[in-house]
Amino acid sequence: MVETIVFYTLSALILGLGVAVITTPNTVHSVLFLVMNFLCVAVIYVVLEAEFLAVIQVLVYAGGIVVLYLFVVMLVNLKRDPEAHQDPRRLSLVGLALAGAVLLELAGIVVYSYSREPSAPVAAAAASPVQGNVEQIGWLLYTDYLIPFEVASVLLLVAMVGAIVLAKREL
Amino acid sequence: MEITPAHYALLSAALFIIGVVGVLVRRNIIIIFMSIELILNAVNINLVANARHLENLVGQVFVVFVIAVAAAEAAVGLGILLAFFRNKETVNIDEMNVMRW
Repeated sequence: MVETIVFYTLSALILGLGVAVITTPNTVHSVLFLVMNFLCVAVIYVVLEAEFLAVIQVLVYAGGIVVLYLFVVMLVNLKRDPEAHQDPRRLSLVGLALAGAVLLELAGIVVYSYSREPSAPVAAAAASPVQGNVEQIGWLLYTDYLIPFEVASVLLLVAMVGAIVLAKREL
Repeated sequence: MEITPAHYALLSAALFIIGVVGVLVRRNIIIIFMSIELILNAVNINLVANARHLENLVGQVFVVFVIAVAAAEAAVGLGILLAFFRNKETVNIDEMNVMRW
């Protein structure tokens, strides 16, 4: 019962704030709605027993990425409305209709796939020698997923160098 | 009523579509970047919900990778945006057509 109330409250908040992000005319307000959206998603992670990801969500998304967005919004000092000029070839209504069609398709897939009984039992998770959410994720990251983990670190290094090179005025 | 993984999947789908609408309809490229973050969050909710449903933590490990990719995407994308804004003084994607034939 508690989970039901929490789920519907958080869903309403997440979807409402998501709509606010893409509809608010003021970009700074949009970024602030995005922060609240990320915090609500972090609470959903707690409900889903993913405490490590909830902390990472708050630290990386709400603390890091959104601050980056705010910096850029402040640096990009707009003298005129960014939405003023519209390409006459742009068809926003077609975009909305296509997105609605994709939503119907996704919802149909979800309802269909969960309405059937699962045919085979799911394979049991590999036995982990450690207990606790953070310990188990760390154990997986440094055993089975060591190479993807290292590749992700290289990706972050490349992104950091690339962002500096792009944003610098001259090398 | 019990909350099943299907509920989380539908929430994820709805958030995904909100992001897609933002990408397709808005013309401010900063809003479009934020819509991409919403899409990635929708994917993460789906992964975490199924990780709990299947009692398998691999889904949560992949969310860590998705967050790393999102951080890289935001850094590089905003770097490109700043470099472009210095030359063209605009963040309207309808005016970003220098590479269009």
